[in-house]
Amino acid sequence: MKQFIGKRAIASAVSLVGLVILVFFLSRLTGDPTDLYLPIDASQEMRDQFRELNGFNDPLIVQFGRYVADLARLDFGQSIREARPAIDVVLQGFSWTLSLAAITMTLVTIAAIVIGSLAAFNVGGVFDRITTFFSLIGASAPDFWIAIVAIVIFAVNLHWLPTSGTGTPWHWVLPVAVLFIRPFGLILQVVRGSMITALSSPYVKTAKAKGVRSRPIIFVHGLRNGMLPVITVIGDQAAGILNGAVVVETIFGFPGIGKLMIDSILQRDFAVVLAAIMVSALAIFIMNLLIDLAYALLDPRIRY
Amino acid sequence: MADHLLEVRDLSVEFHTAAGTVKAVQGVTWHLDRGETLAILGESGSGKSVSASAVMNLIDMPPGKITSGQILLDGKDMLKMTAEQRRQINGKRIAMIFQDPLAHLNPVYTVGWQIAEIMTTHGTAKAEAQSRALALLKRVGLPEPEVAMGKYPHQFSGGQRQRLMIAMAMACKPDILIADEPTTALDVTVQAQILALMEELQHETGMGLLLITHDLGVVAEIADRVVVMNGGRIVEEGGAAEVYRNPKHPYTKKLIDAAPGKGAMPEERDRSAQPLLQVENLQLSYGAFKALKGASFNIMPGETVAVVGESGSGKSTLARAILRLEEPDGGRALYNGKDLVTMGARELYGLRRDIQMVFQDPTQSLNPRMTVFQLISEAWVIHPDILPRAQWKERVGELLVKVGLSREMAQRYPHQFSGGQRQRIAIARALAMEPKLIICDEAVSALDVSIQAQVIALLEGLRREFDLSYLFIAHDLPVVKDFADRVIVMKSGQIVEEGPVRQVFENPAQPYTRALLAASLDPDPEVQARRRAERKEALPA
Repeated sequence: MKQFIGKRAIASAVSLVGLVILVFFLSRLTGDPTDLYLPIDASQEMRDQFRELNGFNDPLIVQFGRYVADLARLDFGQSIREARPAIDVVLQGFSWTLSLAAITMTLVTIAAIVIGSLAAFNVGGVFDRITTFFSLIGASAPDFWIAIVAIVIFAVNLHWLPTSGTGTPWHWVLPVAVLFIRPFGLILQVVRGSMITALSSPYVKTAKAKGVRSRPIIFVHGLRNGMLPVITVIGDQAAGILNGAVVVETIFGFPGIGKLMIDSILQRDFAVVLAAIMVSALAIFIMNLLIDLAYALLDPRIRY
Repeated sequence: MADHLLEVRDLSVEFHTAAGTVKAVQGVTWHLDRGETLAILGESGSGKSVSASAVMNLIDMPPGKITSGQILLDGKDMLKMTAEQRRQINGKRIAMIFQDPLAHLNPVYTVGWQIAEIMTTHGTAKAEAQSRALALLKRVGLPEPEVAMGKYPHQFSGGQRQRLMIAMAMACKPDILIADEPTTALDVTVQAQILALMEELQHETGMGLLLITHDLGVVAEIADRVVVMNGGRIVEEGGAAEVYRNPKHPYTKKLIDAAPGKGAMPEERDRSAQPLLQVENLQLSYGAFKALKGASFNIMPGETVAVVGESGSGKSTLARAILRLEEPDGGRALYNGKDLVTMGARELYGLRRDIQMVFQDPTQSLNPRMTVFQLISEAWVIHPDILPRAQWKERVGELLVKVGLSREMAQRYPHQFSGGQRQRIAIARALAMEPKLIICDEAVSALDVSIQAQVIALLEGLRREFDLSYLFIAHDLPVVKDFADRVIVMKSGQIVEEGPVRQVFENPAQPYTRALLAASLDPDPEVQARRRAERKEALPA
């Protein structure tokens, strides 16, 4: 088990190094941030000073060497925009996104599993047809459109909820609701399909022959087997939100890592972009490891 | 009329499918009393399992529908009961075990939990259920029952898993045990143990045993009465010995005639000529596991050599090593004097057409997206020197006729054929290469008895016509007795006995061969009764 985690960590570290190199040089291709930060009538002297201060005058390879050397001391560089350590800026944004992902995915998982399992128990029944209809709409609806329509209805017309920003629990309702819809539709379909397979399996026949009641047949015998493919999709969707729910965060002015990344790229705040990518990558690595561990926990045939 | 323990009266069940309505059973009537064993005998598609599934309320409705009849338990019609009343009967009064215990046990829960569950479901306290589950594991003879409680189904062998299923079924001391092909997937020696266990438990509890099987040998060993089914109807019923001795219905006669093991064994052949295949000390390992520990034997031209042994004995590995589907670690396999083991890829490619293989499951070994014509002519695409393209159509037609199919079938796909027909296609495909040696790996094991007899007759006819040799891998001894010239007995990767078929069957030298032969079931109930009596006498000593 320890060996498995170690191997995975090494493999992930290799990809991370590649990613950092790629992003470092690609972001430099977008141009010089000096023009963005200094007033349009700034003198050449001020421009040179700004470049000197941020180290943009050195050859790219020297800049990269300095970055890696700093990184070895866990120094992720300074945010130009906010004039404080980039990692502080990123972690602040990440904590918002993490909360958003945790709340959304908990709700999605519970709802999709319960509703999907019940739909699978009576395939082709009224309940199954209704859930299939709505989950397909949910899985295929574009989130930017839902977000805007939701703002118009619930914030602008009905005045029930705030349009954007943070502060009260009410500010969370619309972002969570909009983020909920698509993963819910998708995971519900996976749960339904996987539970149909599990519930038509021979061991469920045995359970029926044993006289086991319907509810334990679904939620004890079927669900633990049916969960295996579902976990992968849950992890995938959670990673999607962790990676920055860019559209939703931007529309609702939610200060998460997705909005931060877009802003930093537009502002050529290189240190923040790189730190954000590394934090996201680490989160996804941990996420995938948790999925593998959940697999082993649910299925005794899987041992690492 | 006195009430029977369980009585099925005039039961008809239909299934509505896309292809139309299938009448699975029509007007079936049978009964089961306390302490007796009733066998429902039939081939695949005969509807033999359907009435038992109806008793257990396991028929999915839809697509299934019970169109008429009654199922009486102690005189009460179960079909008029509520779902909750039916549930309370399942597992408690009537328990069931199935053919494939690995698939029928939940893979993610411990066996201790699964056995205890049947008791807690019917109201036993958890602690009591646990201790009784442990007692049951001891009773069915599992080694280290305390450890076994915490293990998962995949950690047991096939025979142990069926013992687990039996322990589970017996947990609530049911009045009736329904066993659906309980020993079909098991080795003969394990089959004998499982049948003996079921019989013992029946004596202890006095339960009625309903056995669903395709195997006349199992009927002969354990059944008091037998119901023969064909095409959804009961064609004959009566005492097991009486039906075997005096079958009235033509179908029953056909089934009994088709049962293997009655043919005359051939005399020993002259083996002085140059062997077609000489295997010397052939070895193969999977990692540290030695699957094949040095096998040596010869196959003469036109000879059928059977390899028998239980699962894991290395008989399939032997075939794969000869064909170089797996690389042997050592030894030689001389085909017409040339060593297959050290042969280069190009030369081996040329020899591939001489040695063909027919596998157990034709459903898996025939590509479902190719027509029969494509499947058979593929050989000539790979080896273009065998036949010019202009003659392909004609030759495919000839081959199909040769294996008992018709020319028009060339444009069909495998799924449009029955299991026996698919195996004929696989044989036609092997013949297309004009081979000298065909390796049959359990080639008739998955087929119904009557179809099995036809395929064996086909192989036998082809051998005479083309002077073919067969390496015939099988676990079914009666089939080997009918078909083989020589027999090789394998155990744990080694050949323990080899000789002409008559010598091995009538004068086995090794205790293992004797054990195999003793465990193999004869279709004649009187022969089995005699063997059982001999076994009982041998026990105290």
